[in-house]
Amino acid sequence: MRKFLKLFTIILLLTVTGKVSSAQTDMDAIMMSKKQLCIGPMYSYSSWTNYWEDTLKRDNANLGKVSTQMYSLMAAYGVSDKLNILVGAPYVSTKASAGTLHGMKGVQDLSVFVKYMPIETEIGPGTFSVYGIGGVSIPLTNYVADFLPLSIGLRSKTASLRLMLDYQVGNFFATASGTYVFRDNITIDRTSYYTDHLIISNEVEMPDASNLNVRTGYRSDKLIFEAVLNHWNTIGGFGITRNNMPFPSNNMDATTLGASFKYTVTKQHNLFIVGGANATISGRNVGQATSFYGGLFYVIDFSKKGKATSSTKTAAPKK
Amino acid sequence: MKKIFLFSALIIAAGVIVISSCNKDVVGRTDETPALKPVKTDANAGTWKPVLLAAPTDVAVAAPGATNTPDYIAQVNEIKSFQANLTDHEKAIVKYWSAGAVLRWNEILRELVAKHNLPPYQNADGTYPFPSANNPLAYPQFPFANPPYAARAYAYVSAATYDALVSAYYYKTLYNRKAPYNVDSSLNVLIPKNDLPSYPSEDAVVAGVSVEMLKLLFPGDQDYIQQKAEEHKRARIIAGANVRSDIEAGEALGKAVAQKFVARARGDRAGAAAGNQAAWTQLETDCMARGETPWYSLELPKRPPMLPLFGKVKTFLFDSLTAISLRPGPPPLVKSQQMKDETDEVYQQILHPTREKTRIVHFWADGVGTYTPPGHWDAIAAEDFIGKNFSEVRWARNMALLNMSLMDAGIVCWDTKYFYFNPRPTQLNPAIKTITGIPNFPAYISGHSTFSGAAAAVLSYIIPERATAYEAMAQEASMSRLYGGIHFKSDCTVGLTTGKNVGSYAVARARGDHADD
Repeated sequence: MRKFLKLFTIILLLTVTGKVSSAQTDMDAIMMSKKQLCIGPMYSYSSWTNYWEDTLKRDNANLGKVSTQMYSLMAAYGVSDKLNILVGAPYVSTKASAGTLHGMKGVQDLSVFVKYMPIETEIGPGTFSVYGIGGVSIPLTNYVADFLPLSIGLRSKTASLRLMLDYQVGNFFATASGTYVFRDNITIDRTSYYTDHLIISNEVEMPDASNLNVRTGYRSDKLIFEAVLNHWNTIGGFGITRNNMPFPSNNMDATTLGASFKYTVTKQHNLFIVGGANATISGRNVGQATSFYGGLFYVIDFSKKGKATSSTKTAAPKK
Repeated sequence: MKKIFLFSALIIAAGVIVISSCNKDVVGRTDETPALKPVKTDANAGTWKPVLLAAPTDVAVAAPGATNTPDYIAQVNEIKSFQANLTDHEKAIVKYWSAGAVLRWNEILRELVAKHNLPPYQNADGTYPFPSANNPLAYPQFPFANPPYAARAYAYVSAATYDALVSAYYYKTLYNRKAPYNVDSSLNVLIPKNDLPSYPSEDAVVAGVSVEMLKLLFPGDQDYIQQKAEEHKRARIIAGANVRSDIEAGEALGKAVAQKFVARARGDRAGAAAGNQAAWTQLETDCMARGETPWYSLELPKRPPMLPLFGKVKTFLFDSLTAISLRPGPPPLVKSQQMKDETDEVYQQILHPTREKTRIVHFWADGVGTYTPPGHWDAIAAEDFIGKNFSEVRWARNMALLNMSLMDAGIVCWDTKYFYFNPRPTQLNPAIKTITGIPNFPAYISGHSTFSGAAAAVLSYIIPERATAYEAMAQEASMSRLYGGIHFKSDCTVGLTTGKNVGSYAVARARGDHADD
C-alpha cells in the first residue's frame, strides 16, 4: 500500500513543489502475505517558500508559499509471501499563496511495482533480507508538465529498478536501497524552449535519475517507527538561470530527512494507519519543501483459510 | 494470481526495456533541413528596393581577381586541401549551414533572445536594476530581451541583411565571377550547385551583417557569435561554394551595410525607452487626470512598466505621424458596464480552464525565457519558407518585411498601451488567477494580438495559399490571451485589427520593392 506513495512522492519531488519522500513505499522492507490485499487512501501535503534557483537559495514574492496536496488510492497484493504487487494513483492539486498564477489540479500518474524478496536468512543475531523492486509509471491524463512550479507532475513515463537490503535484530532494523530511474522524453505545449541552448522542438529530453534511501528504527507487528533519509539525484539536466522559471528537465536534486510510522489499530491486524513527515535539508532546482502524509489501510484476506489474521508481514525474524 | 504477477512483471520488464533503451536525443524540426536549393536564383535582386540604402552601390565592393590568376587557383586549392581530410565535424557544419544563411542566423538570433528574455531580479530595497549595454556581463545582463527589444532586434538584423544582400546581388551581376565549382569542374562540391555568381559570397554577407548588428544588440555574447560566424564562413569554403576572396568581400560588405543600420539604431530613441521615475509617474497622473484608473504593476515588488517610451521609437514602414494615426480609439471606460462585463468574461475563462484552452495559452505564451511572440512568428515563417526554397535574398526580403512589420506593430502597440495606461483584468478583479504570467505593462491593446495581426497580414502576402492558416493562427494567438486571463477581449480584437493595419504597410512595401515583378 503505502509503498507506492514513494513513487508519486518522487514525481512530486520533481515538480519543485516538494519531495514528500519519507515513509513506507516501494522503499520499505515490508511484504504482504500471500493472497492478502491491502488497500486504502493516502493524503499528503507539501509546501515550500524557499527554493533553489540552481544552487542559489531564494524566495519569490510572486509565488509566496507553493503547496501541493495529493489524494492517492493505493493497493498492495501478496502474490506470495515473497512477491508483492503494488499499485497506486494520485489526484494532485497545487497552489501559490501569492502572485497571480493559477494553480493546477488533476489525476497524475499510475504506478505499478513488483516487489520480490529472493533472500531472507539468519545472519548473526538478526535476519537479513534482500529485495528487488521493479516499477513503471505512466501519466493517466494529459496534464500540463511545463508550468512549474505549479505543474502537478512531469508527465514522463518512468521505469525504475531498486535493490534493497534489510537487517533486523529483535525489533530494531535498518534498510538501505538504491534505485535507478529511467525517464522517457516528454512533449510540451510549446514548439520551442531554451535550456542552455535553443531547442526547436516540443520534445524534451528528460535526464534519468537515481535515488538512495536509508531508514532505521523500531519494527514490530503492532508498530513501525523509523527515521528516513532520502536522496534524489537527477543525472544531468540544466540549472534554472537567474530569475528564470523552472523547467521539467532541470537538474533537480533533493535530500530529505524525516520520520514515519505504521500503527496497527485492530487485533485482527486488518486495519492500520500510516503517517510521516519530512523536511528538505538540501536541494538544487527544487523547493525546500516540508511535507507530511497520512493514510488508512484495510487488509482483505483472500486465502482459502478465510479470515485475515496475519496482517502485513514484516521482515521480522521468524524465530 | 500468478497470472496477475506474471502480467505485471512482464509489463514492468517491458517498460524498463522500452524506456531505458529509447534514444533520447531530441532532433529539432530544422536540424535536418536539406541544403537550400532555390527554385529561382533571383540574380536580378540588385535591382530590388533596399530599406535604408539609397542605392546598392552605397558600399563599394572592389572588382575580384580573375579566375585564371595564381591567387585564385591557390584559393581553389585551399578548398581541395580542406576536402582531402574532411572530419565529421566539418561535414556536420557544412550540412548545418547549407540549409540557409538567413535561416540559421535567424535561429541564432532567436536563441540569443530566449537566453536574454529574463526580467532582472529586484534590489534589496525593492527597486529594480537596469541592464547596461556598457557592462553587458554584469548582473542584470544586457539586454533584457523582452518583446519590444526582441522585435526591434529581429527587424534590424533582418532589414540590414536584406539591404546587404541586395547590394551583394548587384555586385554579383556586375562582376559575374563564377562559383569555384563552375570554374574548376574537377572540384568536389558538397552543396547544390547553381549559376549564381559567387562574388561576393551571400553567406558571408549574412554572417558579416549578423556579427556587426549583434555587437550592438547582444554585446555580451560576442564569443559565441564570432565562433558561429567563423564556422559559417569555413563551412562555405569546405563545401566548395566559395573561395576565400568571395567570403572576405561578402563579410566586409555585410559589416559596412550593418554599420549604417547601427547608426540608425543608435538614433532611433530605443535607448531612452525605459524612461525614468518622472516619466512613470507622469503616465499615472495623466491617466488619473482623464478620470481613469491607471495601470499598476502586479509584480511584487512593483516593477516599473516595461519600456514605456518604446512607442516613440522610429518606425521602419511609416513615419511617426502615421504611427500615431494607427493608434486605436480608447478602451471601454474602467467604470463602464462593458468593462465590468469584459472583466467577468475573463473571470469565467479562468474558473475552469479546459486542457485545450490551456494548451493554446501555453502554445502562444512566449513569455519569460522564450524568443517572444515576434520570434514565434519568425519560427512559423522560417519553417514555411524552408518549404518554398527561396533564394537567400528572397529569404532576407521576406524576413525583413515580416520583422519590420513586427517591430512597427510593437511600436504602435506600445504607444497605445502607454497612451491609455489601462489596467489588466487581475487589477480590476484580484480573483482572476492567470494561466500564464501577466506581462508587466498596460493591457490595451494586446501585444500578442498586434504582433500576430501584422505577421499574418505579411505572411499571407508572401505565401497566399497559407493565408487562411495564418489568419486562424493570429486569431488563436490573440484569443489565447483572453483564455489565459491576462487580457480583456477588447484588448485582443482591437489589437488584432491594429496589427493588420500595420501589416498592410509592409504589404504595400512588398508590392513596390520589385521582388515580385
